[in-house]
Amino acid sequence: MTEAQKCYAEDPFDYGPVDEILERFRGEKGTTIPILQAIQEVYGYLPRQALEYAAKKLKTPLSRIYGVATFYAQFHLQPRGENIIRVCQGTACHVRGGAKIMDALKDQLGIGVGETTEDRKFTLESVACIGACGLAPVIMINNDTFGRLTPEKIKEILKNYQD
Amino acid sequence: MSKVNITINGQALQVDAGMTILEAAQAAGIDIPTFCHDPELTRAGACRICVVEVAGARNLPASCTTPVAEGMVIETESERVQKARRSILELIWADHPHDCLTCEKTGSCKLQDYSYRYNVKESPYKGEARDIPLDDTNPFFFRDLNKCILCGKCIRKCHEINGAGAIDFMYRGFGTKVTTAFDDPIEESSCVFCGMCVDICPVGALIPKQGLQQGRSWEVDKVLTTCPYCGCGCTFYLHVRNDKIVGVTPNFDGPMKGHLCAKGRFGWDFVDSPDRLQTPLIKKDGEFVEASWEEALDLIAAKLKEVRAQYGADAIAGLSSARITNEENYLFQKLLRSLGTNNVDHCARL
Amino acid sequence: MEAQTYRVRVGLATCGIAAGASKTYDKLLPLLAEHGIVPERTGCMGMCFSEPLVEVISPAGETFLYGNVTEDKAEIIVEQHIVGGKPVEDLLVLSNVKETENSHFMAKQERILLSHMGVIDPESIESYLAYDGYKALAKAMQMSSEDVIKEVQKSGLRGRGGAGFPTGMKWNFAYQAKGDKKYVVCNADEGDPGAFMDRSVLEGNPHAVIEGMTIAAYAIGADEGYIYVRAEYPLAIKRLRKAIKEANEHGYLGNKILGTDFCFQLKIKEGAGAFVCGEETALLASIEGERGIPRPRPPFPATSGLWGKPTLLNNVETYANVPAIFRLGAEQYSKVGTERSKGTKVFALTGKIKKTGLAEVPMGITMREIIYDVGGGVQDDKEFKAVQIGGPSGGCLPAELLDLPVDYDSLTAAGAMMGSGGLVVMDETTCMVDVAKFFLTFTQSESCGKCTPCREGTKRMLEILERITEGNGQPGDIETLEELGEAIRDSALCGLGQTAPNPVLSTLRYFRHEYEEHINEGKCRAGVCTNLITYYIIPEKCTGCTLCARNCPVNAISGERKQPHVIDPSVCIKCGVCMEKCNFDAIILK
Repeated sequence: MTEAQKCYAEDPFDYGPVDEILERFRGEKGTTIPILQAIQEVYGYLPRQALEYAAKKLKTPLSRIYGVATFYAQFHLQPRGENIIRVCQGTACHVRGGAKIMDALKDQLGIGVGETTEDRKFTLESVACIGACGLAPVIMINNDTFGRLTPEKIKEILKNYQD
Repeated sequence: MSKVNITINGQALQVDAGMTILEAAQAAGIDIPTFCHDPELTRAGACRICVVEVAGARNLPASCTTPVAEGMVIETESERVQKARRSILELIWADHPHDCLTCEKTGSCKLQDYSYRYNVKESPYKGEARDIPLDDTNPFFFRDLNKCILCGKCIRKCHEINGAGAIDFMYRGFGTKVTTAFDDPIEESSCVFCGMCVDICPVGALIPKQGLQQGRSWEVDKVLTTCPYCGCGCTFYLHVRNDKIVGVTPNFDGPMKGHLCAKGRFGWDFVDSPDRLQTPLIKKDGEFVEASWEEALDLIAAKLKEVRAQYGADAIAGLSSARITNEENYLFQKLLRSLGTNNVDHCARL
Repeated sequence: MEAQTYRVRVGLATCGIAAGASKTYDKLLPLLAEHGIVPERTGCMGMCFSEPLVEVISPAGETFLYGNVTEDKAEIIVEQHIVGGKPVEDLLVLSNVKETENSHFMAKQERILLSHMGVIDPESIESYLAYDGYKALAKAMQMSSEDVIKEVQKSGLRGRGGAGFPTGMKWNFAYQAKGDKKYVVCNADEGDPGAFMDRSVLEGNPHAVIEGMTIAAYAIGADEGYIYVRAEYPLAIKRLRKAIKEANEHGYLGNKILGTDFCFQLKIKEGAGAFVCGEETALLASIEGERGIPRPRPPFPATSGLWGKPTLLNNVETYANVPAIFRLGAEQYSKVGTERSKGTKVFALTGKIKKTGLAEVPMGITMREIIYDVGGGVQDDKEFKAVQIGGPSGGCLPAELLDLPVDYDSLTAAGAMMGSGGLVVMDETTCMVDVAKFFLTFTQSESCGKCTPCREGTKRMLEILERITEGNGQPGDIETLEELGEAIRDSALCGLGQTAPNPVLSTLRYFRHEYEEHINEGKCRAGVCTNLITYYIIPEKCTGCTLCARNCPVNAISGERKQPHVIDPSVCIKCGVCMEKCNFDAIILK
C-alpha cells in the first residue's frame, strides 16, 4: 500500500458529514482551516475522499488544500488509533532514559513514531514536553499521564488499553 | 505618474513611484540577481538573493518586494549585500547535488551563474541533504526535487497563469517540498503539462525529457518561430543542432508572453520521426503505395469530377485544418466553392 | 449569621485546573452551600507555585489567599475559617492584613492589567461590569476617532507582543488608510515555550480584550474583527466565546453598540498548530485559510491586510491595556514606566525560580528585582546563570546584566527582546549551548520554509550546535555560527526568521567560554551534554549500600556490598539516576 492509498478511508465513504460541514460554512470567507478542523473532528483524521470532495465543492485546487493540511501540526492525514500515546521528549525525560521508553514502545507495538498499529488501537507520537518533568520519563496515553517509567512497565500499561 | 528621486550605487535616478527597487534598478541597467521573481507573478520575496542595502534600514530588504521611496539610497553590491548573497548561495549548495558536469541545466542555470558571480565554490555546511527519488513518471519532464530551491515560481505559474493548480508547497520548514496533493504522480494530478513550470525553473529541478544529452544550451541555435498547432499564434524558439530540433523554449516577449500548451511545448518530436510520411500514398489493391504529388493530385481531381458528375456538387465537402495558415485556409474554401459547394469546415470546430 | 457574608473564590485557569482546582471547587460547592455561600469562579491569580488557589474574603474585606488547596484541605478551610472564623495559617499564601513569606511576590508588582484577574468571574459579564467594565468604551465613544487615537498615543503604549511598535501610531496608520472596509485583529497565538501571559488574560479577563478591540474598531472605523487563538488553548476559546456572546447581548458588541450606529462583529479563528502564525502577516494568511506563511512588508497590514483591506493588528496584552488607558486617562496611565516604555508588562516567571507565576511589573524595573524580589530568587538557592527573555526570538542575559532596566530599548540593545514576556531563569546546572540548541530545534521545526536564510540557515546552525553538544565541535564552528547568524538576521523575510539566531548570538556574546569549553576541552561545565560527562563514584565516600547499582537501568555499576562501587563508563548511559539515588553524595560528574 502506498502512502497516498493509506489516506483513503474504507469504502463506501459517507459524504453526509462533509456536506453538512460545507453547508455550515457556506458564504463565509477563509474557511479552509475551520472546514478541515471540522472534518477531522468527525473522522478523527482527514480522509482523502473528504478532501477531494471538499476541494471540488469549494472550487479550490486539491493541492492547495493538501498544502494547508500538511502545514499545520494539528492535522493528520492518516487514521489514528483509538489510543494516542505521546512520549515526552523533553529535557528531563531525555536524560532519564526517555529514548529507551520510546524504543520499548516501538518494539512492542511494532510501529514507528507517527504511525498507527494495524488494528488501529494505538498511535505513537512524540511530544516536546508534557510538563511533568518531576516524574520523568513520562508518557501520556490519551489524557492519562504515566511517570517514572521503565521499559518493563510499558507492557503492563499497554495491557490495560489492549481490549 | 508621480516620480521619486532615488540613488542606486551612487547614481541619481528619477523613477516612477510605486516601482520596486528591483524594477528601478533594471530600468537603469543595473542587474540584481533573482530566483523567485517573475514580473507576471505575485511577489514572493522568498529566495532573498535580491537583497540590497538601503541606508537607514536595519536589515537588508528584498529588492523585488520593496517599493522605492523618495530619497532612498540603495547599494546593490555592497560588501554586506554580497556577504548575504554568498551565505544564501552557500546554504542552497549545502542541500543541492553537485552534478553540474552532467546536469542538463548547465549553462542556463541561475544557481551556477550566481555562484560564479559571487565566487561560491563550495558550501561550508555539511549536514543533512534531501534524498527524494527522481520522478520520471510522466512522458514530458523529470522532476528532481533534490535540486529544487523552493523559489515557488512553478507553483505560482500553475495557479496564477495556467489555473491547473496541480502543485503547491507541502509540509513546512526544512521538509518543505513542491509537489502534488498526496504526492501523487504528476500524471494523476490536475497537471495539463503546459510545461510553463519547466520553462521558468531557475535550476535543474525540472528538465524536459526530450533533447537529453543532445547539446548544451550554448551549442544550439535558437530559431524563433510560430507554433503551427493552432491559430493562437504562440511564438517560441526551436533549439536546433545538426539540423535537428533538440528543444523548445518559449518566447517570453511574444504575444502569448511565453505561455505554451502541452502540444507546442513538447509535441515536436514528430518532425524528425521516421514514421512521418514524406510522399502521398495511394491505395492500390488494398495496400498503400507511395506516389508522386502529380499522380496524387490527378487522382483527387478525377475523383472529385466523378462525384460531382454523378451526385452533384453538394455531395462534396471539404474539411480543413487548424494547423495551416489563414491564407491556406482561404485558398481551401475558394477551391471548394469553385467546385460549386459551400460544404466547408474546419477541424477546430469539431 | 456572619458566615453568610464571607466570599470564596477559586482560581480556575488551565494551570489551576491541571493542579486539581475543579475538584476543589466541586468539593467546596456543597460544603459552602450549608452556609449559604456560593463559591465564585475566577481566572489566574498569578501564583502558579501554589495552585490550586482559594481566596476567602471576610465581611470586613480582609483577604486570605490559600495555596495548594486540594480537596481535603477545602474542608479544613470551611470548618476553621468560614465556620470558626480563624484563618488557616498553614495554607496562607497571601493576605492584605498579614505579612506572609510570599508578600514579596506582590510588593514590587504594579497590577493594572491584572488588577481584576483572580477577582472577577471570567464567565460573567455582570462580574466585569461590576468592576467598571465597558466604561472605557462608553467614554471613548463620547470622543472623536482622532481624539481616541490621540489618547492612545499620549499614553505611550507600545505593542506588547514583540518589537514594541508604538500602538497609537499603528492605530493612526489604520485610521488614515483608505478603505470602505477595515478589520481589527487580535493576535492570541501565543506560542513561545515558557509563555502563558496571554492565555491567562484570555482565561481570566476576556472582556478586557474585547473592550480594547471594540475601542480600536471605533477609532479606526472597522466593523469586523477576529481574535486568532491557538487551538492549544481550549479554555481560553470557550471563555472568549461566552464573553463575545454576552457582550453582543448587552450591546457592547455587534449591531448598534451602546445604542449608536457603530457596529462591530467579532469572531474567533482557531489556529491549527503553527508557531509562525504569531507573525502578523502569517497570521493574516492563516485567517484567510492559507498556509501560515509570512508575506513581504510593505504593504503593511495597516494599509493592506486581511483580504487586502486595512487591518489593525495588536496582541492580547496590548488590547487589554486599552480599557485601563481610558479608565485612568492617558496621563495617569503614562506615569508608570520609563520615558520610552510606558505602563506595565506582564511576565511569566518560569524555569529555576522559586516562585513561578504571573507578575505584572512597571516598565523600567530591573531584572534583579523581578527575579529576586518578585520571584524569590533562584530555586534551591543555586547560583544564577542567565535569564532567557523573549522566547525563541529573544536572548539569554547573564548575571552582569541583572541590573538592566526592563524596557524595550535596553533589552534590544542587550541582544534580547521584550517579546511576549516569558522569563526563564537558568542556574549553574543549565548548559548555555544546550539552551541555544533547544531554541534552534524549536525555530527549525517551526520555520515555515518560505525563505532560504531561515529554512536552510537555522537547519545548519542547529546541526553545528548538535555537533558541539555531542562533543564533535570543531575549531571555526563559533565563527561559522556568528557569520551565519548575522546573515540570517540581515536577510530573512519575517521578524521570526530575522530573530531566530538571537538565542545563539546572545549566548555567544555572554557565554562564549562555554562554547569554547565544549569545542576545545570537551567539557560541559553544567553537566548537561551527556557525551561530555562521566559519572564517577568517589571511593572514600561510597559506603557500598548498593542502592545505585540496584537502580541503574543498564547494570553499569558493580561492587561488593559494603565495598566501594565502580561505574563502567562503556556501559553507562548517563541517565543520572545513580547520582540522584545516592544518599552520601558519593557520585559526581567529571
